Amino acid sequence: MRIFNDIGQYLIMLRGMISRPENAKMYWKEFIHQCSEIGIGSLGIVAIISIFMGAVSTVQTAYQLVSPLIPLSVIAQVVRDTVILEFAPTLVCIVLAGVVGSKIASELGNMRVSEQIDALEIMGINTKTYLVLPKIIAALVVIPMLVVIAGVLGIWGGRLAGSLTNIIPPSTYDQGLLESFSEYNVIFALYKAYSFAFIISSIPAYFGYYVKGGALEIGRASTKAVVVSCIMILCADYLLAALLL
Amino acid sequence: MIEVKDIKKSFGDKTVIHDVSAIMQTGQCNLIIGTSGSGKTVLMKCMVGLFEPDQGEVLYSGESFTKMNRSDKTEIRKQIGMLFQGSALFDSLTVQENVMFPLNMFTNWSYKKKLERVNEVLDRVNLKDTNKKFPAELSGGMKKRVGIARAIVLNPKYLFCDEPNSGLDPQTSLVIDKLINEITREFNITTVVNTHDMNSVMEIGNYILYMYQGHKEWEGSNKEIIFSKNQRLNEFIFASEFLKDAKEMRMLEERGRIPNDRNIDDLIK
Repeated sequence: MRIFNDIGQYLIMLRGMISRPENAKMYWKEFIHQCSEIGIGSLGIVAIISIFMGAVSTVQTAYQLVSPLIPLSVIAQVVRDTVILEFAPTLVCIVLAGVVGSKIASELGNMRVSEQIDALEIMGINTKTYLVLPKIIAALVVIPMLVVIAGVLGIWGGRLAGSLTNIIPPSTYDQGLLESFSEYNVIFALYKAYSFAFIISSIPAYFGYYVKGGALEIGRASTKAVVVSCIMILCADYLLAALLL
Repeated sequence: MIEVKDIKKSFGDKTVIHDVSAIMQTGQCNLIIGTSGSGKTVLMKCMVGLFEPDQGEVLYSGESFTKMNRSDKTEIRKQIGMLFQGSALFDSLTVQENVMFPLNMFTNWSYKKKLERVNEVLDRVNLKDTNKKFPAELSGGMKKRVGIARAIVLNPKYLFCDEPNSGLDPQTSLVIDKLINEITREFNITTVVNTHDMNSVMEIGNYILYMYQGHKEWEGSNKEIIFSKNQRLNEFIFASEFLKDAKEMRMLEERGRIPNDRNIDDLIK
């Protein structure tokens, strides 16, 4: 029964954030702030993960492709498609669920526990609109950008690893990248990115916004937000793959 | 004036507020007192609309706040300032930004005008040269004063203070009480203070509502409370032997001050 209560309250929160802003300038400022927090704040970790995931993909794909009949450029194709279809959107978003999700949940949880949300309500501000909506919109704008960056860096990481380990020359790698390329894969990756961005921002916002208790509960809400977001990302990943591929 | 009419509030099976009514006048400090768990915070939250009462209504200057739609409630809320128990300052903003926040949200003033207003209210609460400090750098008393400054920056008609003295030493508590009292009279605000601080009761309690297990047990002024024979109230207010002795002394003093045309029994409830 608890799960239905949570789903109902989550939907009420989403509906509640659709209202006219009290002051558009303040909301814009908050949106830009959130874009910076989510985007710039996560850029470092996204870059590191992407480069290494591309590098590891190249090395492991080469290790598995032992037949002399298969050209080396296939390694680049496999790395490209793996990175675009799965690693860049899904892996990066799971990491972002931890980085961004826990931050959103703990920030809102702390505001709830220290009565800052009540203070905003008393002022006549719709806190769902002011605190939750800019985070969701910022995530929807910034996370797909991060996914694109992750894709580019992942493929480049693969090229770098291939060249450093002499598995595949850069020119062959570049040639492989252009072979049998499907633009739909990039569009599919963006579908995923938008879906996961919504999950990463809205679910932690729900757990943080409705937290009750003290510091311990903020920690629990934050953990729960990350766990639920990760599970929802994996479910959505499967559903999107089954429906759109 | 704020009027509370037959407010009832339950959480699950537990009724926390039972048919409480009260009238809180403009230009005076109205205190809600009671032990922890007596329902005073819930009553205050019902008054400001953070909780929806199950029954009854709250009227601001005769208008039913409880029955208003969201946009009308927002208009009333713009006239409300509230000081929270933990001050509820925004951690990531400086003192200046905290106090300026309601101005940024609800006015189209120039930055210069907003800054003038912020400095004016910070000056009023005796906080100078703290504009650039963050809440974490302030003492408890200073945080409360910033909270008061933020609450009054939009010139509210109603001021709510939830346990303004909690966590403060007696001397700082007196400073906060004095400040709340002065602001109430200076700006002719209807102030509602939620407290269990004995000093506040005696110093600023123009009207006192004593809550006991969610019921209104007693109401009166700080003058009348001395003579009250309500056992629960006396056990709460004059809990220690020292305070009982102080009450006796004050009663003798008050009796000497009472005009001849008034009977002492009139004051006893």
